[in-house]
Amino acid sequence: MRYVVAKDSRDAVALLGETAGARVLAGGTDLLVQMKLSETGPALLVDIKRIPGMGDIIEEEGGFRIGAAVSGAEMGAHAALKAQWPGVVEAVELIGSAQVQGRATMVGNLCNASPAADSVPAMLAAAALARIEGPEGVRDVPVVELLAGPGKLHLADAELITSIFLPARVPQSADAYLRFIPRTEMDIAVVGAAVSLELDENGVIKAARVALGAVAPTARLVPEAENALVGTKLDASALAACAAASSAACAPIDDKRGTVEYRTKVAGVMATRAAKIAYIRAGGTL
Amino acid sequence: MKQDFKILGTRPIRPDGLEKVTGKAMFGADKSATGMLHARILRSPHAHAEIVSIDTSKAEALAGVKAVITGADFDEVENRWTRYTMQNCMAQGRALYDGHAVAAVAATSKKIAAEALKLIEVEYKTLPHVTDVDEAMRPGAPLVHEGVKGRKLGDDVSGNTVGYYSFGHGDIEAGFTKADKVIERNFKTAATHQGYIEPQACLADLGADGRGELWCSTQGHYMVREVCSEILGIDASQLRVTASEIGGGFGGKTTVFIEPVALKLSQKSGKPVKLVMSREEVFRATGPTMSASMDVKIGMDKNGKITAGHAKLRYQGGAFPYNMVMMGAMSAFACYDLENVQSEGWDVMTNRPKMISYRAPGAPMATYGVESVIDELCQKLGLDPIEVRLKNAAREGSKSSYGPTYKAIGLVEALEAAKAHPHYAAPLPANTGRGVACGFWFNFGGQVSVSMAINTDGTVNLIEGNPDIGGSRASISMMAAEALGIPFERVRTIVGDTASVGFSDVTDGSRVTFAVGIATINAAKAAIKELCKRAAMIWEIDAEAVEWVDGAAQPTGHNAGNFPPMSLAEIAATSGKTGGPIAGHHEGAPDKAGVSFGVHLVDVEVDPETGFTSIKRYTAFQDVGKAIHPAYVEGQIQGGAVQGIGWALSEEYIYGEDGRLQNPGFLDYRIPVASDLPMIDAVIIEVPNPGHPYGVRGCGETAIVPPLAAISNGVAQAIGKRLFELPMSPPKILKAL
Repeated sequence: MRYVVAKDSRDAVALLGETAGARVLAGGTDLLVQMKLSETGPALLVDIKRIPGMGDIIEEEGGFRIGAAVSGAEMGAHAALKAQWPGVVEAVELIGSAQVQGRATMVGNLCNASPAADSVPAMLAAAALARIEGPEGVRDVPVVELLAGPGKLHLADAELITSIFLPARVPQSADAYLRFIPRTEMDIAVVGAAVSLELDENGVIKAARVALGAVAPTARLVPEAENALVGTKLDASALAACAAASSAACAPIDDKRGTVEYRTKVAGVMATRAAKIAYIRAGGTL
Repeated sequence: MKQDFKILGTRPIRPDGLEKVTGKAMFGADKSATGMLHARILRSPHAHAEIVSIDTSKAEALAGVKAVITGADFDEVENRWTRYTMQNCMAQGRALYDGHAVAAVAATSKKIAAEALKLIEVEYKTLPHVTDVDEAMRPGAPLVHEGVKGRKLGDDVSGNTVGYYSFGHGDIEAGFTKADKVIERNFKTAATHQGYIEPQACLADLGADGRGELWCSTQGHYMVREVCSEILGIDASQLRVTASEIGGGFGGKTTVFIEPVALKLSQKSGKPVKLVMSREEVFRATGPTMSASMDVKIGMDKNGKITAGHAKLRYQGGAFPYNMVMMGAMSAFACYDLENVQSEGWDVMTNRPKMISYRAPGAPMATYGVESVIDELCQKLGLDPIEVRLKNAAREGSKSSYGPTYKAIGLVEALEAAKAHPHYAAPLPANTGRGVACGFWFNFGGQVSVSMAINTDGTVNLIEGNPDIGGSRASISMMAAEALGIPFERVRTIVGDTASVGFSDVTDGSRVTFAVGIATINAAKAAIKELCKRAAMIWEIDAEAVEWVDGAAQPTGHNAGNFPPMSLAEIAATSGKTGGPIAGHHEGAPDKAGVSFGVHLVDVEVDPETGFTSIKRYTAFQDVGKAIHPAYVEGQIQGGAVQGIGWALSEEYIYGEDGRLQNPGFLDYRIPVASDLPMIDAVIIEVPNPGHPYGVRGCGETAIVPPLAAISNGVAQAIGKRLFELPMSPPKILKAL
């Protein structure tokens, strides 16, 4: 196994292109565990942590660009980011333990492509864009369009996600992420739900994005749940319609972590609870 | 027998603390040797399969591989139980469960050993398997072993049923007719694992001359020595076993899983061999406790008197014969003074890892059934659950459900303390329920050896033979100091290897503070006798005219002589001139371990939309006889309660149709984490055990017995429906709602 520290992203792309089975190393909290379990490493590890800019959180066009090597702990310590996208940050902060938070990255969580990844529904609800560099150049793609299936993203060979862009927000808007796990920490989402809302001056929801995790092969947006919320002040009937739409959008599996029946029901519960948190954060009153 | 103590009951700093928090303590995997090889074990991917052939030639040819062994490398073992242990360490002929060892490799690096495993070719012929206890017991079920069916068992049960036990007295049918309400329920509990943080690990070195050294993480190194020397056909005296510091055992380290394999690899390669299990191996191949299917029927009159109780326990104990349901049957109704009671138990084999003890083995599940039905009767009859238990509680002189008559016991005291505690009267918010349950454990005495040396500077070294899994070095030093009348800090207790002190039984049955304590007190008495003799020699008076008071020899009275007291340190300082070193030792098998009772109170909150249960408040009351070091005792009570919480809510062995374990890791085998738990309040009750000079009862196991039922009873109150199956995971609770 070869280990190379990439100088810049072009260097990283070149390295990824020249060796079959090369893997990108950022926080390594998924990759190192996989390597330990398989007892054989990839042919090449491309470390991107020292690429200039990769570890930065930058304000851009009123939003934030978060480098691929930024850890969860760094996002949690960034007051302005947290104020603007509290749901995204709380989702990232749920990944692993305090020790893992010091290493784990949001981009890594996306690239691991688990259907239960915590940050992915939050990025979907935030309409996040991924910046991708590859042999063909640089492109920006909505995160939702990258999701291909368990363990899979729509990335071409030698492509590298270098950052995530979270757009600017209008006043009276906020997001929230909630997950259900059978204990209180150190676990994997049985259901995850992210909601992002924009309110008008009267507290009526102008725009909503609802995303679910762990209930389908990939995280997914739920437009029917969004429609149920828009134009309401999150009254009981809006919440019930949001819950029903969220449950209806589920296509989960039965496994040791939860049954189809359970995940379907709890998806609605998590979505409405996340909606309430986002609504209050956006200045609404319930 | 109220006694005044100087040291017992205080909370000195733990003697093993500094080494543990600084990382200096040597656990099983921390020892290395020059020229050491690394071993790995190949495990069956099948629940049940004939091993048609094993070709190890390619693995043996790999550079760096020094030895490969299979079941064929082990000689026939005469003793049936030792043979089962050996065949659990390495399959012979058939692989009996997913994870059963079929071959092992020792190589110059871990990586080479891992690669060598992939080169071993095993041809399996899969056989029908069974993992559920009720299915395994049914006639016609696939048999795990032929010819081991329990005696006296009929055609109504399969050959997987290896034992039957029945305890009780009176006439249960007559008792049920006297009841105003009779409830009968079926309960199921999942297999749970001891969950010790330190996986099994050892370093073995066995020479061609039959002399061996073995370092391992175990609850009983004498047991390891006896079993391994028998399996390997060497003399016990030639195998020295040293117990490492232990990162938890909870009963799971009272047998061997890897030591015979490492010794055999060492013998074959001529090199020291280190073998460390992975967490996945720990789950797949070391013993969880039994799963259970149970029928419990109890009758109660309208005043809360239990008129009859009947329990039928069917335990699943994995792929070899065992006899642990007995403990469940004996403990099921042990809390109560009943006229009519019967508890029956069946031990059943399945294609799962062989069970091994887990903290009060067999009792928590039986108690879950009994305490749940009692709670339901209280609800139906409108009676207070503590009053009902007080009305039926066993006391001094009660004939227990399993035979003996109790001496002084503390169940009533524990129930009274619970009743009077502010927790019991605290208001309950919405979606919250309060559960109560009692629990019992026998405790054990067993064989013990202690050697105590009085040093010339007035300090004391004590060697005992029981690995310290719960603070015994502290409690033994405290008892030695109390008996000798010297400060705690002057005593250092170590756990000796098998060549340094006499035989000692395994650290189990909450026996060490009781049994080693008695041996320590007796060793101190022997040393004191010698100290008095030396003082008499110096004073030139009769030895009988000297007594030991507050750590010093003194004449028994003015007639005996007029000398100021001579301290232990003073006598020891001149011991070289008065006859040589002063020491005391004791070997024995004390058998008056007092039984112990606990009462647990728990408030649970259930989220009605997700079925998630959180523990809001927990108070555990337990009679421990005498708390030598109360902080450790509280830790034992808290630890037992927490393991019971996991058992009740989230821990389970999950098997699919293919008979393979689906959750061999801490992610999906859910032990509660710190944030899942409130502070567990431990309330120590002290009703002295008449069988111990200081009143000690074992305290390590009782606390895991009540929580399963206490939490289930709390959930039943919170949601207005009762579940009859553990764990009460959120999907199960939501479904019930």
